[in-house]
Amino acid sequence: MNFTLKVWRQKNSSSPGGFETYEARNILPDMSFLEMLDVVNEGLLASGQDPIAFDSDCREGICGMCSLVIGGIPHGGQRGTTTCELYMRHFQEGQTITVEPWRAKAFPVVKDLITDRGAFDRIIQAGGFVSVNTGGTPDGNAIPIAKTTADSSMDAAACIGCGACVAVCKNASAMLFVAAKVSHLNLLPQGKIEKDRRVLNMVKQMDAEGFGNCTVTASCEAVCPKEISLSFIAKMNRDYGAAILKGSER
Amino acid sequence: MTLDSKTPSGPLAQKWEKHKFDLKLVNPANKRKFDVIVVGSGLAGASAAASMAELGYKVKCFCFQDSPRRAHSIAAQGGINAAKNYQNDGDSIYRLFYDTIKGGDFRSREANVYRLAEVSVNIIDQCVAQGVPFAREYGGLLANRSFGGAQVSRTFYARGQTGQQLLLGAYQALCRQIGLGAVQMYPRTEMLDVVVIDGHAKGIVVRNLVTGVISSHPADAVVLATGGYSNVFFLSTNAKGCNASAIWRAYKRGAFFANPCYTQIHPTCIPVTGDHQSKLTLMSESLRNDGRVWVPKKKEDCGKPAGSIADADRDYFLERKYPSFGNLAPRDISSRAAKEVCDEGRGVGPGGRGVYLDFADACKRLGEPVIRDRYGNLFDMYEKITGENAYRGPMRIYPALHYTMGGLWVDYDLMGTLPGLFVLGEANFSDHGANRLGASALMQGLADGYFVLPYTIGNYFASAKMAKPSSSNPEFKKAEAEVAAFETKLLAIKGKRTVTSFHRELGRLLWEKCGMARNEAGLKEALKRIPELRDEFWKNVSVTGENGELNQALEYAGRVADFMEFAELLCQDALHRRESCGGHFREEFQTPDGEAKRDDENFAYVAAWEYQGEGKAPVLHKEPLVYEEVHMSTRSYK
Ligand code: FES
Repeated sequence: MNFTLKVWRQKNSSSPGGFETYEARNILPDMSFLEMLDVVNEGLLASGQDPIAFDSDCREGICGMCSLVIGGIPHGGQRGTTTCELYMRHFQEGQTITVEPWRAKAFPVVKDLITDRGAFDRIIQAGGFVSVNTGGTPDGNAIPIAKTTADSSMDAAACIGCGACVAVCKNASAMLFVAAKVSHLNLLPQGKIEKDRRVLNMVKQMDAEGFGNCTVTASCEAVCPKEISLSFIAKMNRDYGAAILKGSER
Repeated sequence: MTLDSKTPSGPLAQKWEKHKFDLKLVNPANKRKFDVIVVGSGLAGASAAASMAELGYKVKCFCFQDSPRRAHSIAAQGGINAAKNYQNDGDSIYRLFYDTIKGGDFRSREANVYRLAEVSVNIIDQCVAQGVPFAREYGGLLANRSFGGAQVSRTFYARGQTGQQLLLGAYQALCRQIGLGAVQMYPRTEMLDVVVIDGHAKGIVVRNLVTGVISSHPADAVVLATGGYSNVFFLSTNAKGCNASAIWRAYKRGAFFANPCYTQIHPTCIPVTGDHQSKLTLMSESLRNDGRVWVPKKKEDCGKPAGSIADADRDYFLERKYPSFGNLAPRDISSRAAKEVCDEGRGVGPGGRGVYLDFADACKRLGEPVIRDRYGNLFDMYEKITGENAYRGPMRIYPALHYTMGGLWVDYDLMGTLPGLFVLGEANFSDHGANRLGASALMQGLADGYFVLPYTIGNYFASAKMAKPSSSNPEFKKAEAEVAAFETKLLAIKGKRTVTSFHRELGRLLWEKCGMARNEAGLKEALKRIPELRDEFWKNVSVTGENGELNQALEYAGRVADFMEFAELLCQDALHRRESCGGHFREEFQTPDGEAKRDDENFAYVAAWEYQGEGKAPVLHKEPLVYEEVHMSTRSYK
């Protein structure tokens, strides 16, 4: 298969960027999108040109490192799929494909297709944990947890922190990410104890990072590679409202 | 130098308890005077960094990914073992210990393994308290399943992403400490050297991967939790970034490297489709709980659709050869059995390098919804990659390189031969012997980080009483200059071949000569070819761009340059070990029915290699494996 790629190139965060056109030749349908880019990069390297910089690590859809907007859609628009799990068999012969980095004020471009998602880490640092130290914890079975509760906590915890939800949102809102992280812990008895301050602190940090507000367009849910449900946003809003009403401390 | 494992005396079951009491303590108010560097933020690194910060040490943590949450531990699917005996099926600390020792083919250190089994129960408690959403039964209690190499159900899991959930637990604990200012985190930063002052590890040199700036970080101790070296084989199930540079450079600074030839091939990976392939994907071994492995009995049937082959014409070779463990036989045994049937020409799929893993019976017995609940995400993953639906027909699997049991040598306190250098998780050699059992990697990473290092590191501080290193010490400037020169050299070659092409060639050579089965002639050939390839690399590699910027080609070139050196040690170790054990299978040493044949008389030791300088042969040191409790028997899973 052959493709024409229009790829965003940007030297670093302080230089302006622009699209460059590349030809991808002799691509096999069984190649992943990133393997296709590897082939293009091998060609660039062989001719002494700077390869296209992009993030990836596990290449099996779990680490959340890969982060490309493909044809205008984060991760390329296959349901429940990360960029690294996208295969060329889903594209058409001769297609022109645009490839861009995540675009959001809170995710500045580092180089080409690589962005800085440190904002997500700082949101977790603000409250996305249970305050227990190592050791001295009760037996794992001391507190039974209903299977349904554990399952919905797991549904939220499946988030891989890739940031596609932010990249697709017209407001560049991080609500789906933060809601998933808050809900994962707030649903469990171990996390309930710090429920209020968790949601207050994480939302405060989210705002401080410059993410936009949520207007419930639900595009985040549509592109989420782990299919995190929008209902977690409703749940977080409820937790947030309750914490405010109670006048809870941060 | 003699290798002292510092294994405590006394009965096996009391060694750790006694040792903990004997360890010297650092007074709480003094802990903040000690700086500790942790390299790596996977299960071992993140849990160690968080736990030490909680105790009061000043911690700096480094990772090459953009966030500590992305370390490769995240990719573990199946689960984590713990001797909880929640299922009342006869499990115990002793049984987990015994299974692990036996699974490791009697090539691990008894006391370490016992301690691992002992603290396994605390790990589950810790993770539950952190909010890890483990699978539960309807009654609200934790669910378990069984795993390869065990006859009890002791594996805890969180859907098919146990690794991610455990890592998130450790990452959250780490984030809490970062938020409190107790840990300074350095993402997108790669360690390029260990700095040794007065014979002790006293800091590291790193490269900021965004700006290219090289800098030094002095500390009172350095902890490496940088994972394994599977990627030396180019194709493996490891993440693209996984590399051996940190442990390799520590080796060149005086840390001994133990048992590099113990590499694990995982039986259930998706077969290779072509040359373009950048990595292999593993399907959790837990699939073998319900899936049945088979190939056609007759070669002629291999091309036919699986569904058209009658049950009588199928060879369920694991069930046939290992009736009591069946499809759950340990990884090395299952992998070799798959290779064998493919070598006989009975493999399926493109290139004949694959065997079926069939869920038809399980779907009939349990119903599709149960299978979907247990393995849904794995089936989805399989479909994404191959375009095939595994509910309708069997999966195709083939072994791939997955884990490395070898690593830097450590004593019972997890300290290497370089004092002040601690090594945790897959980066050390300590607990899995010649073969690791499924669901034990997560257990070891967390055991080391949460429950071993926080105790033992204090003993080092209290007994070594070393002066605080200063960043103005000339050793730091020297190491920085060496790192910079290494990079300048790579950039100056401006050759014709890409780093990938060298890496692929090296990987293929190792897979053929030092992979699932090895022999003297092949290893000697590899040992001849590796230096040639390395020479060519240093003459003809093309690395574009500059040093002072984000430069992925340069990062990769540095890692492959290290693999080029390490590969030689790997083959040397494989050549010297004239026996078969666990993941190390030497064709010359096998029983008449093709099973691995150990030589306890001559090889019941840990092989620890000491670096002697460029171009010089490393020196072998032996740590004899003394078994006080168990009897070395022939591993049998029949
Ligand atoms: S590279 Fe890890 S999710 Fe894509």
